[in-house]
Amino acid sequence: MDLAVIVVIQVLYAVASLVIISAGLAVIFGMMKVINLAHGEFMMLGAYSVIGAIKLGINLWVAMLLVAPVAVGLIGVVLERLIIRRLYGRMVDTMLATWGLSLLLVGVVTSIAGNTTAGVSAPLGSFSVGAYSVSGYTLVIIAVAVVLALAIRWVLLRTPWGLIARGTMQKPDMANALGISPSRVYSVTFAVGAALSGLAGGLLAPLTGVVPTMGAAFVAKAFITVIGGGPAILAGLVGASALFGAINQLATFVTTPVFGEVALLVAAIVMLRLLPQGITGRFFKGSL
Amino acid sequence: MNRFAKSWMSAALCLAIGTAMLFGLPSVMDDYTLIQVTIYAVMSILGVSLGFIWGFGGILCFGQAAFFGLGSYTYAIAVMNMGDSTVPFVLAILVPALFAAVIGYVIFYGRLSDVYMGVITLTVTLILFNLINSTAGPEWRIGSAPLGGFNGIPGIPTLNVPGRPDDVLSPKDLFDVTVVCLLVVYLGLRVLISSKIGRVIIAAKENEQRVLLLGYDARAYKLFCFTLGGAIAGLAGCLFANWGAFTSPTIFGLAQSAQIIIWVIVGGLGTLVGPIVGCALIQWLTTAIGTQQTFNSNLVLGAILLLFVLLVPRGIVPSLGSAGEWLFRKLRRPAAAVSPVASTAVLPPTEQAT
Amino acid sequence: MTPLIETRNLNVRFGGVHATRDVNFTLAEAELRCVIGPNGAGKSTFFKLLTGQVKPTSGQILFRGKDISNMQPHEPGRLGIGIKTQVPSLFNGLSVWENVWLSARRTNSTEQADRITRETLERVGMLALRDATAGLLAHGMRQWVEIGVVIAADPPLILLDEPAAGMSDAEVARTAELILEINRRHALVVVEHDMNFIRMIAKKVTVLHQGAVIMEDSPDRIMRDPLIQQIYLGKKPH
Repeated sequence: MDLAVIVVIQVLYAVASLVIISAGLAVIFGMMKVINLAHGEFMMLGAYSVIGAIKLGINLWVAMLLVAPVAVGLIGVVLERLIIRRLYGRMVDTMLATWGLSLLLVGVVTSIAGNTTAGVSAPLGSFSVGAYSVSGYTLVIIAVAVVLALAIRWVLLRTPWGLIARGTMQKPDMANALGISPSRVYSVTFAVGAALSGLAGGLLAPLTGVVPTMGAAFVAKAFITVIGGGPAILAGLVGASALFGAINQLATFVTTPVFGEVALLVAAIVMLRLLPQGITGRFFKGSL
Repeated sequence: MNRFAKSWMSAALCLAIGTAMLFGLPSVMDDYTLIQVTIYAVMSILGVSLGFIWGFGGILCFGQAAFFGLGSYTYAIAVMNMGDSTVPFVLAILVPALFAAVIGYVIFYGRLSDVYMGVITLTVTLILFNLINSTAGPEWRIGSAPLGGFNGIPGIPTLNVPGRPDDVLSPKDLFDVTVVCLLVVYLGLRVLISSKIGRVIIAAKENEQRVLLLGYDARAYKLFCFTLGGAIAGLAGCLFANWGAFTSPTIFGLAQSAQIIIWVIVGGLGTLVGPIVGCALIQWLTTAIGTQQTFNSNLVLGAILLLFVLLVPRGIVPSLGSAGEWLFRKLRRPAAAVSPVASTAVLPPTEQAT
Repeated sequence: MTPLIETRNLNVRFGGVHATRDVNFTLAEAELRCVIGPNGAGKSTFFKLLTGQVKPTSGQILFRGKDISNMQPHEPGRLGIGIKTQVPSLFNGLSVWENVWLSARRTNSTEQADRITRETLERVGMLALRDATAGLLAHGMRQWVEIGVVIAADPPLILLDEPAAGMSDAEVARTAELILEINRRHALVVVEHDMNFIRMIAKKVTVLHQGAVIMEDSPDRIMRDPLIQQIYLGKKPH
C-alpha cells in the first residue's frame, strides 16, 4: 500500500516535471511555431538568477517564483527583438540560430560564473510514507505544475490578452485589422515563454546541480513533449507529459534511471511514428 | 546557376588540390603537424557526410555525430576482439549505415516532416550518449573490449595492412589513408550527384510531390541518401578512433553534432567543398581559442553560428563563388549577352556540386 | 475493350465535406475528355484521387482493369498516369532541361532520356530556353514546361488541371494545338473553365457539381442545357 502511494507520487512528480520543463517551449512553439533550441539555456539562466538572488539575500521562494521568471522574461524580450524577429517563418534557420544562441549563452555564463557546480538545497525536508520517505519538495513541484496548467488555461481563455494571442496565432492579419501589432504579440508571447522557462529552471535549481551546461539535459525532453503533444498547447502539454512522464517513471522503477530516460525517448519515437501530428493532432482536436 | 561549380572542371580542380596535398604536405611537414592535419581531414569526411545529406538531400540531421560515434566504437570493439583490423574497418562503416537505415526507415516511410527529423535524430544521439556514458564498470564489455563508460576506450589498436596484424600504419600512413578516403568520398559523391539517383535525390529536396508524381519512390531515395551519409560518418569515426587511439561518449554529445552543423553552415550548404573548408576553419579556430583564456569556445562557436545564420546564410564557399562570378561578369560586361531569364539572384541558392 | 480508367461509385469525404459523390467515370484509351464545374465542384479532388494523393472513402478506381484505389503516392506515376497540377509543380531551382530529363530518365537510359528530352522540349516549344531556371519563367511557359515534363514519361493517361489558366489568347491557341497533338497517342482528361478553349479540343465534356457528375455530353449540348446555365450563370430555367 505504501509502495503504491510512493509510485503514484513519483509518477505524478515525473509528469509534473515534464509539464514545468516544457511549458515555456509549448507556449513559444505552439503560438509562434518557433523552435527555440535555447530553451534549456533559458532554464539555466533562471537557475542562475535564483542563485544570484539568494546571494543577495532574497528569500528562496521569491527568487524561484518571481525573480527567475522576470529576469529571464526580460532577457527573452531582448533576444526576440535582436534575433528571433528576423527569422519568422524560417523554421530551420530559427532552429540553427537558437542553437547558436544556446552555445553563446553557455559560453557567456561559463565565462562569468565558471564551470563549477553551484547548488541550492531543496527546502521542506522530507516526510515518511510507511517505510519510504518522500521529499516535501516533490509535492511542491506537483502543486506548481497543477497551478501552472490552470493559470495558462485561465490566461488563454479568460483574459483579453489570451484571446488576442490565440487570435494572432491563427491569423496574424486579423490582429493587424484589429489595430494590434502582431510583432508586439509575438514579442510578449516569446517573453512569456522565456519567463516560464526561467521559472522552470528556478524551480529545478534545488534538484539538479546548477552548472552552465545544465540546459542540455532538458532540451530534448521538452522538445519531445511539445512535439508529441501536438497543436493544442495546453491539452498537448498535459497529455504528452502524462504519457511520457508515466513511461519514464515506471521504466525507472523497473530498471534504472538511465533506462527510464531511454524508455521515454523510445516511447516518443514510437508515438511520433504512430501519430505524426502529436497527440492532440488526433485526439482532443480543437481544444485549447 | 553556377555552371563552373557543376561542371567536371570544378571536381577536377578539387581533386588536383587534394592530390597535391596528399603528396606535397608530408614532404614539408613533420610528423607532428601531419597529425594535426590528419584530424582536419577526418573531421572533413564527417562534415561532408552531413553536407551531402543536408545540402543535396534536404535532410537536416541533428545527430550526425551518432553515426560518427558508432563508427568509432564499432571499430574499437571489433579490432580489440579480432586483432586484424580489416573486418573492423568494414564493420565501422556498415554498423552506422545499418543504424541510419533503421532510423531513416522510421522517419521517411512514416512520412514525418523535417522538424521531426531534427528532433528524432537529436534524441537518438542523446540516447546513445546516455547509454554508453553509463557503461563505466568492468562488467560492461563486449568480448575483450571494455566499454569504459564516460572514461571512453583508450589504447585502440591502429589499422594494419590487411592480413598482417603487426604491420600497423604510421602517422604518415594514417595521413595518406585519411586523405585518400576523403578524396574517394568526394569523388564518389560527385559522381553520384550527377547520376540518376543523385538527380532524383536533389529533385526530391526541391519538390518531393513532383518527384512522387513522376513515379519515383522518394522515400527509398531519401533512405539511400541518409544511409550513405551514415556510412561515411562511420568511416570518419573509424579514422578518428585510429587518430587518437581513443574514443569516448562525448562523441555522441550535442556539442559534437552542433559542430558538424556549424562547419556546414559556415562552409556552405549545398556544396561538398564547403563543409571541408568550414571544418578546417572551425577546427583551427577552436584550437586557437583553446590556447587562450579570454573567450570560451562555446561562446565563439555560438556567436559564429548565430552570425552566419543571420548574415551569411549561404556560407563561405557559395558566397565566394558568387562574388567570383559577379567579378567575372563585371570584367566581361561589354561582350556578355544577357538572356531574358538570366538573373539568378532572385532565387535562393540551390546545390552547386563543388 | 477495357477502359483506360474507370471509377465505380467513387466517394470521398473530408470531415463534413462530401467532396466526391458516387462518381462513375469512364475513359477509353486515347480519348480526350474535358471536366468542368464551378469552384468547389470536386475537380481537383477527382484528379487527386486518380493520382493517389487522396484515398477514396468508398468505391473503386480501375486502371486498365486493375484496382488502383489504394496506392502509394508514387505508384500512379509508375503505372502511367501523369498530371499537370493546377498550380504548376516543377523543380523550380533546376533548369527546364533537367525538369524534363528527370521525367524521361525514369524508364529510359541516359542516351534515350537525352533524346526524348530534346524532342519533348521541341514539341512544347521550350527548347530554346532549355537552360533557364524553371522557377524564373513566366507562368504560361511554366505550364508548357510542366506539360513537357508529363509527356516525357510517355504515360497513357495525362491529366491536365487548368492548362490554359493565365495565358494570353495566342498562348491558349498554342496549348490547344499541343493538346490535340498529344491526344494522337495519349488519353487526356483536361479540367478547364474556358468554354472557348474546351470547344477547341473536346468532343465530350463531363460536368461536375458538388462532387457528383450531373451531365456528360458534347460541349454544345452542355452549353445549351438550362441546368448547366443556371449553375454557371445563375439563370433560372424557363
